[in-house]
Amino acid sequence: MAEQASLESPVWNRPLPDDPELATQMREIREKHLLQDARPPRELAEKVLGPMARLGRVFWLAFIVLGGLTATWLVTWAYQAYQGMGVTGLNRTIMWAPYIVNFVYFIGIGHAGTFISAALRVLKFEWRAPISRAAESLTVFALLVAFTMPLIHMGRVWKFYWMLPFPNQRQLWPNPRSPIFWDMTAIFTYLTCSILFMYLGLLPDIAIAREKASGWRKRLYTVLALGWRGTDREWKHLDTTLNIFSYGIIPVMFSVHTVVSWDFAMTLQPGWNSTIFGPYFVVGALYSGVGAVIIIMAILRKALHLEYFLRDEHFNAMGKFLLILSFTWVYFYFNDYLLPWYHKEPILTVIFRLFSSGWAAPLWFTMLIANILVPWATLWSRRVRSSIPALVGVALLVQVGMYIERYLIVAVTLGYPELPFNWAVYVPRLPEILITLGVFAFVALGIAVLSRLVPIIPIWEVVEGQLLQGTRRIGRAIFPAKTEAD
Amino acid sequence: MSELETRLLDRGPSAAAAPKTELPSHKWTMLIDLDKCTGCNACVVACHVENNVPIRSEREVIRGHGQHWIRIERYWEGEGEAQRATFLPMLCQQCSNAPCEPVCPVYASVHSERENLNLQVYNRCVGTRFCGNNCPYRARQFNWFAPQFEGPITEMLNPDVTVRSGGVMEKCTFCVQRIRRVEEDALVEGRPLRDGEMVPACAQTCPTSAIVFGDRSDPQSKVAQRLGGQREFQVLEHLGTAPNVYYLKAGGSDGGAG
Repeated sequence: MAEQASLESPVWNRPLPDDPELATQMREIREKHLLQDARPPRELAEKVLGPMARLGRVFWLAFIVLGGLTATWLVTWAYQAYQGMGVTGLNRTIMWAPYIVNFVYFIGIGHAGTFISAALRVLKFEWRAPISRAAESLTVFALLVAFTMPLIHMGRVWKFYWMLPFPNQRQLWPNPRSPIFWDMTAIFTYLTCSILFMYLGLLPDIAIAREKASGWRKRLYTVLALGWRGTDREWKHLDTTLNIFSYGIIPVMFSVHTVVSWDFAMTLQPGWNSTIFGPYFVVGALYSGVGAVIIIMAILRKALHLEYFLRDEHFNAMGKFLLILSFTWVYFYFNDYLLPWYHKEPILTVIFRLFSSGWAAPLWFTMLIANILVPWATLWSRRVRSSIPALVGVALLVQVGMYIERYLIVAVTLGYPELPFNWAVYVPRLPEILITLGVFAFVALGIAVLSRLVPIIPIWEVVEGQLLQGTRRIGRAIFPAKTEAD
Repeated sequence: MSELETRLLDRGPSAAAAPKTELPSHKWTMLIDLDKCTGCNACVVACHVENNVPIRSEREVIRGHGQHWIRIERYWEGEGEAQRATFLPMLCQQCSNAPCEPVCPVYASVHSERENLNLQVYNRCVGTRFCGNNCPYRARQFNWFAPQFEGPITEMLNPDVTVRSGGVMEKCTFCVQRIRRVEEDALVEGRPLRDGEMVPACAQTCPTSAIVFGDRSDPQSKVAQRLGGQREFQVLEHLGTAPNVYYLKAGGSDGGAG
């Protein structure tokens, strides 16, 4: 389909209208919208592939720092596995805390990638084209970390495969009633689908990179491209497969965080056993996930000089998205408070008092400011949404807020079981802090390295989007419009 | 009965020839009279000795890593001069509807219908600690480190009880090793179990006999006789866990309304 359109009139050669007023409008539209600002595919490829191969000093510095932190994570994990879980600050009341907080947080981060690339693909939001791959790579690395978290947290991690259904002579199987079993199943499915989904979308771009590269990169891309030649048949199959994946992965995405919420909602712990946890966790996941995508977009834009691809319109749209998710999240969050407040369960009253005026109050209020006050006060303004530093600042605050929110749910609430004799406070110790820092570094490292190995902007999707865009003139004004080729 | 039915129902010669080793089922129940509990902690010590429960250092206990299968929860009531302590011995309640069981991904926490016990399979446990979180009584103890028994203590480890490894959950078993022994003794002697034959370590040690143990399904047993009084209650009964540990409220000599 790409060839047909380009034979008639290459979109990147469309002249400006003769009328000066209309020409100004057209120039503005092109400046604003990536898909209107068409360039020859060759130039687009050069814009993506060029900076990818140039590894500057900043990259190596980041590589060493992040790699060092990642290594610290692994060493600390080994130390913890050797010594026993007692090296952490966990105690006999709070048996889950730091790693499960990270687990919930990173699963949440992993939601946005799929949502942006699959759900927005299904809904035909064209502007998502340059964002989708960065979001997908964030999903993959966040899920990898999330997958290791329950393992790091296990008392006998070397027996982790007992949680998998594998045939064995004693006919012992995992317990299908346990939410942990469904965690494993759902996350594994989601991780597999996300990797496949990302890889499928990568194929044409890797083939483009293969044509331009030399040396070890050429060999790598030749293998990774799986012999992609760009025939009509291949395009047709790719389109069908991506559609199937897009539709299929959305229910998987919703199921994953619902299942994660069951880890809490299906217990007897007051403050956890709430029926609203399923949708509440999904929305919370999207909220922190979209925030994380904004941060990654901004970093990649700066590091790989992607100013042409990632424009104000994308940050503006993501900012709106973040604000809407903030509204939705608040609805669920206060719903989860209102009903317990109304029925006055004694332990929940204690927990509320703790949040509002106890030792946890600084955490709780920081969370409210970061998750509600700042986004609501700023994101309504187009100027804030279009200013990258401001938007990244808000997105970072949302990360802090959502991390605290999970911390309050997991590590603080769990300290208040039914019998007051057992009430306890969890204080993090060095191993948890190092491991938590390490996994954040690992996600950053993964994305940094991946963005230098594969085209982080989907070239073919941008080309396709530009081919399908046109303008329509109504009276004295020009509007961006989609052509009818789709 | 048709020939086919006979053949289907017949378990074959091997089943008939095997000695009858089917053990009878029980409803093991513990009754703790809080009026008699003085909070002396003798049960805690007895339990440690009987069940090879690791003894943790003071520092570890302060960090919340102490392991006691039974503990005395102390609550203060009243103010000033009138203030007094009440004690609640807390151990695994052997719930009939145990919250720890469904959440274990590897079936390390399982139920024995026959003995009415909640069992922990130590060598199956992988240490997710989900059961510990979901126990409203916080009766389950985690081995934060591999247990170390120093000096002469190694000489007095109970050979009937596994020494657990690090990273697994453990909890009160109602002294299942003693239950097994008396059951097998009775089986060998070809007689039913006598009431009072089975005594767990805590009940055996309790200086005021606050702990009574027995088979509730036997209406003549001491436990069954004392159940159903006005003072009887179960801890966190409203959660629907159906514990098999009953408590008698402390209330002095006024008939126990308190």
